[in-house]
Amino acid sequence: MSEFLYLYRGGDSSGSPEEMQKTMQKWVAWMKQLGDQGHLKAMGNPLEPTGKVIKGKQKTITDGPYAEAKDLVGGYTLILAKDINEAAEVAKGCPIFETGGGVEVRPILQIGG
Amino acid sequence: MEPGGVEVDEHFFRHESGRIVAALTRIFGVHNLALAEDVVQDAFCRALEVWKFRGIPENPSAWLMATARNRAIDVLRRERTARTFAPELGRFIESEWTLAPVVHELLGPQTIKDDELRMMFSCCHPRLAEPAQVALILHILCGFSIDEVAAAFLAGRAATEKRITRAKKVLAGSRKLFELTAADFAARLSAVHRALYLLFNEGYHGASAESAVRIDLCREAIRLAGVLRRHPLASTPTTLALGALMFLHAARLPARLNAAGDLHSLFEQDRSQWDMELITEGRRLLDISATGTELTEYHIEAAIAAVHADARSAEQTDWPRVVGLYDMLLAIRPSPVVALNRAIAVAQQDGPARGLEEIRAIHDLDRLGTYPFYPATLGELELRSGHPQLARECFCRALALARSPMERRFLERRIAACVEPGH
Repeated sequence: MSEFLYLYRGGDSSGSPEEMQKTMQKWVAWMKQLGDQGHLKAMGNPLEPTGKVIKGKQKTITDGPYAEAKDLVGGYTLILAKDINEAAEVAKGCPIFETGGGVEVRPILQIGG
Repeated sequence: MEPGGVEVDEHFFRHESGRIVAALTRIFGVHNLALAEDVVQDAFCRALEVWKFRGIPENPSAWLMATARNRAIDVLRRERTARTFAPELGRFIESEWTLAPVVHELLGPQTIKDDELRMMFSCCHPRLAEPAQVALILHILCGFSIDEVAAAFLAGRAATEKRITRAKKVLAGSRKLFELTAADFAARLSAVHRALYLLFNEGYHGASAESAVRIDLCREAIRLAGVLRRHPLASTPTTLALGALMFLHAARLPARLNAAGDLHSLFEQDRSQWDMELITEGRRLLDISATGTELTEYHIEAAIAAVHADARSAEQTDWPRVVGLYDMLLAIRPSPVVALNRAIAVAQQDGPARGLEEIRAIHDLDRLGTYPFYPATLGELELRSGHPQLARECFCRALALARSPMERRFLERRIAACVEPGH
């Protein structure tokens, strides 16, 4: 098994309380399913939408994030899968697609691999 | 690593939304209702983001409240120079020494129970028409979005939005949530009863497979009636009778509407499908509601439902008692629909011909012009009188007035039952 990082990008989860509850329950079910199928290395974390960006030799600090809402990383999860293809297939089950977001799958570079 | 196994009620977010908006409105002032709604929306977004990853926490209610509280303190701090909040809290909010402790105290469990009730009373403002009161209760206390309210009432979005926006303006004009110690408490309580009754009926009579959301209206009405019952000031005999009425009717819902979405009248329902737990609870409430001096339409309607609940079949029903109860109901709240239901009971007691006479004697019959169950009742009684051709014509008139596919299917079935003898 190899390790992968899911980066959750975009996805608008606001709505009526009922819609938000439905979204939340889908995510809880999705995380549980990842766990049941042995894909979950770590549930990861949500990220605050705001932050700072430090850049350049001057180490200039600016308010982040600079991305548009649809590209903004809202959280990450560590995944176990056979290969990148399986990791990408598994990502299709993520509820983020229903709210207009996407998942970026990145293989974790294997040391000595 | 496994996400937590904590689960929440089916409509947890809706109910929490109502409770927290009510509590924050008390702190911000009714004129800042929109701000309270924003803070709650924000708290829910945070909950959603965190719970997605960590699962639902051990005490989700407390988690949401703490998040809303922190956001509220931020807002109060940031905007205290720009806005006026609840006038009676002014001093406490201005001082950093008291701000957080006061907000903590005001968002404690006991205060919140009162706030939810005070919001319910506030929504039933005498300057608002009953449908606006009901829409406002659904929107604020039950957390229904404008779209969800519109869907529940089978109304247009634009009209619903206009109604709710206007109602909120009236509410905002009152500046303070209704005080439970106010002199007009009794009058306002009676408006609340009426609004919850209408909410329940909207769901009960409109419940259909096509709009499952309407059964939610019954659930919400039952829940809010429970909030009333649990509060010492609001738990009057009439409140108990209203609860009894809701439980005894809700008990019949599983038989009224089958899995295929077909409507079954009281006469054709499979009574083994009635919910015995709800019937028991309804009976209990009806018994203890008979303590005061006041006899309301809720008492009588609950009593009628209880007679049906006691009967093993339509034939074994105590129809003379039902007729007697309808007589009392007509005296308290005269309406052609009540008179029509009374005539149906008379027909059960004395035969269809007497029932038809009673219907012809209803003086404001013209008000039933668009009510499909008026010609449908005529059809039913004509059919039982051995006049299938007349019955058929009546059912066809009813079909033309049907308001939903479910009513249409029901009436088509009745038309099919109108066969000439020997055919």
